[in-house]
Parts: sequence; structure tokens; C-alpha cells
Amino acid sequence: MSKLDRISGAVLFLVAFLIVWESNRTLPLGTLHNPGPGYMPTILALLLAGLSLLITLIGRDSARFSSLEWTEGKHALAILAACGFAALALEGIGYQATMFLLLFFLLGIVERLRLTLVLSLAVGLSVGSFWVFYNFLRVPLPLSPLGF
Amino acid sequence: MAETLQNLALGFSVAFQPTVLLYAFVGCLIGTLVGVLPGVGPLAGISLLLPATFGLSATTAIVLLAGIYYGAMYGGSTTSILMRIPGEAASVVTCLDGYAMTRLGRAGPALGISAFGSYIAGTVSVVALMFFAPPLARFALRFGPPEYTALLVLGLLVLGYMGSGSMIKSLAMAVLGLFFGMIGIDPMSGFFRFSYGIVELGDGIGVVPVAVGLFGIAEILATAGQETPPQVQKPRLRDLLPSREEWRASFAPIGRGTVVGFLIGLIPGSAHIISTFVSYALERKLSKHPERFGQGAIEGVAGPESANNAAVCGAFVPMLALGVPSGPVPAVMMAAMMIHGVSPGPLLIQQQPELFWGFIASMYVGNVVLLILNLPLVGLFVNLLRVPYRILYPSILLFCVLGVYAVNSSVVDVWIMTFMGLLGYLLHKFDFETAPVVLGVVLAPMLEMSLRQSLAMSHGSYSIFVGRPIAATMLLVAFTLLVVGLKPLLPHGTDWRKRLGLADRSE
Repeated sequence: MSKLDRISGAVLFLVAFLIVWESNRTLPLGTLHNPGPGYMPTILALLLAGLSLLITLIGRDSARFSSLEWTEGKHALAILAACGFAALALEGIGYQATMFLLLFFLLGIVERLRLTLVLSLAVGLSVGSFWVFYNFLRVPLPLSPLGF
Repeated sequence: MAETLQNLALGFSVAFQPTVLLYAFVGCLIGTLVGVLPGVGPLAGISLLLPATFGLSATTAIVLLAGIYYGAMYGGSTTSILMRIPGEAASVVTCLDGYAMTRLGRAGPALGISAFGSYIAGTVSVVALMFFAPPLARFALRFGPPEYTALLVLGLLVLGYMGSGSMIKSLAMAVLGLFFGMIGIDPMSGFFRFSYGIVELGDGIGVVPVAVGLFGIAEILATAGQETPPQVQKPRLRDLLPSREEWRASFAPIGRGTVVGFLIGLIPGSAHIISTFVSYALERKLSKHPERFGQGAIEGVAGPESANNAAVCGAFVPMLALGVPSGPVPAVMMAAMMIHGVSPGPLLIQQQPELFWGFIASMYVGNVVLLILNLPLVGLFVNLLRVPYRILYPSILLFCVLGVYAVNSSVVDVWIMTFMGLLGYLLHKFDFETAPVVLGVVLAPMLEMSLRQSLAMSHGSYSIFVGRPIAATMLLVAFTLLVVGLKPLLPHGTDWRKRLGLADRSE
């Protein structure tokens, strides 16, 4: 079970099982001739289950899980956390403040660039992009409680 | 023929008016800028600027909006090539080889061939639009729900069959994408599916957050933290245009992409997106070196980019000839025409020849404007790559979040983008392709709707798919592809040499 394709096949099979279980729990299946809202998801899940079994079966020649390198893992986690922060903060503290903090975190803390460069980039990009989108393209971006 | 040319001359007399030329230029410029920003695609661009055309004449308004449309289609490819962020869904395929070319220091030729391919495809398609609009439109209207279902099934299998990796893995990813496309309100029954009380998921999962997550964010996650980040070779000024070999390699893909794009563009739905996938798959299959695809093959940029722009023209055929919009963008264009007192349809050519032929001629002019506008910008865009990646990727991330949020003003889309970024990163690690997931998300609503409409038409009988010639033919081709694609998995018979006991001796 340490081969990559066997692991991915097993995960996809689990996903397929969950879809079937959830579809049958919450959605009417309908009939073959008059499909209901649960029909297509169930069909797709069964297809996915079949394909995942095939992936697992023919996955004996794939690379070992231990051969994967995760050197960029910490960086990736920091970037994902930054995306999550943006999603959480965007409508709370507004676009400009969120983007300033996101850029400050990535440029200043993760990449450790010079403070003057970090501040100028964070302010320039957050305010500049807001001006182009909000004022020029009329895209409704969230404002902070203080109105900027 | 003589009459057509005479009418075209009339059209050019309209299109070459200084004001019309100016609006064509402004439209292409705005369109390119709109296309460069992820999330703000042609539909949003046209919709946002529609009110600005109210004070214009019908001809200038339509020319401006058409300029935005094909400008955005071109602009979307720029970020795909330079940063692996699709400006809009039709540019997803361009990410694959366009970005690989950038990593090899060939961003200039990739952008250049994209501009030239778009120009050639756009111009040839306008000729086709001029001569074949009415008969092609009538053929396209023979596509009912059963034919559409068969076409979508065929499209998915073609993608799996022609992909570079394992067909099984590609199909599994397409099925996963189809499942993502099922999330939201079921259009036939009104049931909420897999939305768990999140109201925003009622409209389903959008293509933009999925594409930006699977391509843009996943790429940043994979590369930003590497101990020695992959060095993007800085382009030299003399390398900004395609070389003679690259031109030779691109010529046939541009031609094929034009034909494929125009024909698929006629069909209702998100045809321009599908046309890029089909063109890419076709080029990979026809190539003598398919292993180069995904590693920076210029054919992988030339074909899909041409198909994309040809499909734009193809989409105008049913709209102009029959008054039937074939997708959301032609629908908004049609609404714009109606606001200006123009009713597209069979009578448009007779009643308002100046507008119809002026529009056709302006498409020629628009393609030239697009080329003139974009070639000088290639150098400017490529210089973005001189910015160190440590500074570039946080800026890209800002535009990803901004573009994805701007589509629906929804933070749920930002969450979806984040999740898709993580998924894309893991799929890349486990050697799965991500493009079929995007195609699945695009096709899912259409596939389900057409399947259920077909069954409603036939009172629940599946024989409707084999009783109609176009649908039956496409399903037969799909089945054949599936069998051929899965053949390598079947257990092989015992080697005849082993049966005869000769194997050991010969070895």
C-alpha cells in the first residue's frame, strides 16, 4: 500500500463511497427513466469507484510514497494559511487592509525581505489594485468598517 | 460571391470611419486588460461596460463590445503563459505548454504565436462567417439534447484517450470534475446538492476559482518554497518573436485549431472552452513527439489559442444568422444589439446591411488592431519575469484572490480556490493531470441537463441516443475510443513462443 497509485486509488474510492452514501442519504435517486437529483452524482460516484479500483490494481509499478519530497511543505502551508486568512478577513476588515496584511506576511515574514521594500510593495499593491478595480472597473470590493 | 464582396466593401466603408476605428481600438485595449485579470472574463467585461455604450450609435457600440470580447479572449492567455494563471476558462489549456515555454525562456515566442495564431484564426473565421453563416447555423440547430449529450460524452473520452498520462487517471479526474460540477441547486427539481447550508454554493462551483486554484495556486505552492526555485530563464530581446522552426511547427496547428474552433464554436454552450481542449488533444495525438507536450511544445499553444479565437467567430454565426445566441457572451451581445434597436436574425442582413457588414468588416479590423496592440506589449509583459519570484508570487496571489472574489463578490469562491490549490498541489505530487477536472466542472451542468432533457423528450427511453444518427455516430466513436484506450489493460494471451517452449532457447 506504499505505492503512490495505490494510495490515490484508495482515496478516490473512499471519496466515491462518501458521494454514494451522501447522495442516498439526502437526495432522491429517481428511476432509470426519470432520474432524480441524486441520479447523476450516484452514477458518477460508481464510475469513480470503478476507475479508482483500476488505478489501485494497476498501481503496483508506480513510485513509492516515501520517494516524494516535501521540501516546500512549510512554505506551501504558509501560503495556504495566507489564502485562508484572506477568505476570513476580506469582508471583515476590507480589501485593502486584508491585502496589506497578506503581502506583509508573505514578503516580510515568510520571505524576509527588507522592511522598506515590504512596506512599499504592500501599500502600493493593495492600494493600487483597489483603485484600478474599485474605481476604474467598478468591481464592488469590500471596504473596512472605517470606510477605506 | 460578387454580391458578398460588394457588401463587404460597404462594410469596410463603415469600419474604416475614424470613430469606428477608435472604438475598435478602445474595445481591444479594454478587452486585453480585462482578459489579463483572472476572474474578470469577457462576460463580466462586456456586462460592466454595456451601460457605457448607451450613448453610442448601434454600429460603434457593437464594434466596441466585440473588441472587448476578442481582446479578452487574447488577454486571458497572457497570464496563462507567464504565470500559469488562466485569465479565463478558455485559457486553461494554454497554461500547460505556454508556462513550460516561459520556464525555458521562450515566453516571447509563446505570446507571439498566441497573438499571430489568434489573428490568423480570427481572420479566417470571419471569412467563414461571411460565406457559410446561414447553412452552418441551420446545421448547428440540429443539435438537440441527445446530440449534445453524445458530444459531451465524446469530448470527455477524447480528452482521456488523447491525454499524455494514463487514460484511467484522466477519466477519474474528469469524473471528479463532473462531480464538483454537480454541487449546487439541481436545475430540474430545485434540490440543494452537497451545499450543506452554504447559500453561495447554490449556484454551484464556478470555473474560475477551480481553474485559478488548480493551476495558479497549486503552481505557487509547488514552486515558491523549493530550496532552489526553478529559474525562469530571462528572455533576451531578440528572442521575443518565434523562430523559423517554431513558425514551421505552428503553421498546421493554427490551421487545424481554426477549423476545430470555428466548427465547435457553432454549437451552443461553452464551446470556446471545449474547442481548446479538443485542439490540444488533437495536436498531441498528431505530433511525432507527443512527449514534448506539457514540456513547452509551441504546437500546444498555437492550436488551442487559434481554436479559442475561431470559436468566438463561430459563436456569432447562430446569433447573427438566426438570432439564437449560442452562449452567455453572444446572449449579452444580442441584448446590447436589441438595446440599440437592432434585432439579430435572418432579416438583419436585408434590413440593416450597413450594420451587419460593418460588424463583419470591423472584425477584420479588430483582429488587425489586436495584433498591432499586442505585439509591442509582448516585450512589456515578458519583462514581468525579471521580477524575482520571491516578490512575484505574493503579487500573483493578490491578483488570484482579487480576481476570484470579483466574479461573484463571494468569499466562498476564495475558499474554493484555496481548497482547489491544495488539491492541485497533491494531484501534481501523485502524478494526476488537473486539466480534466476543469473540463469536468465546465461540462457537468450541460451534460446533466442534456441527459435529463433527452430522457424527458423520449419519455424515459434511452433508445433516443441510438435512434438519432448524429448522436448514435458520436456515441459509437466514443465507445470505440474507450475500448481502444482500455485495451492495454486487458490480460494478454500467453506468448506463442512460450507455448511452444521456445522462449528460453531464444533468450
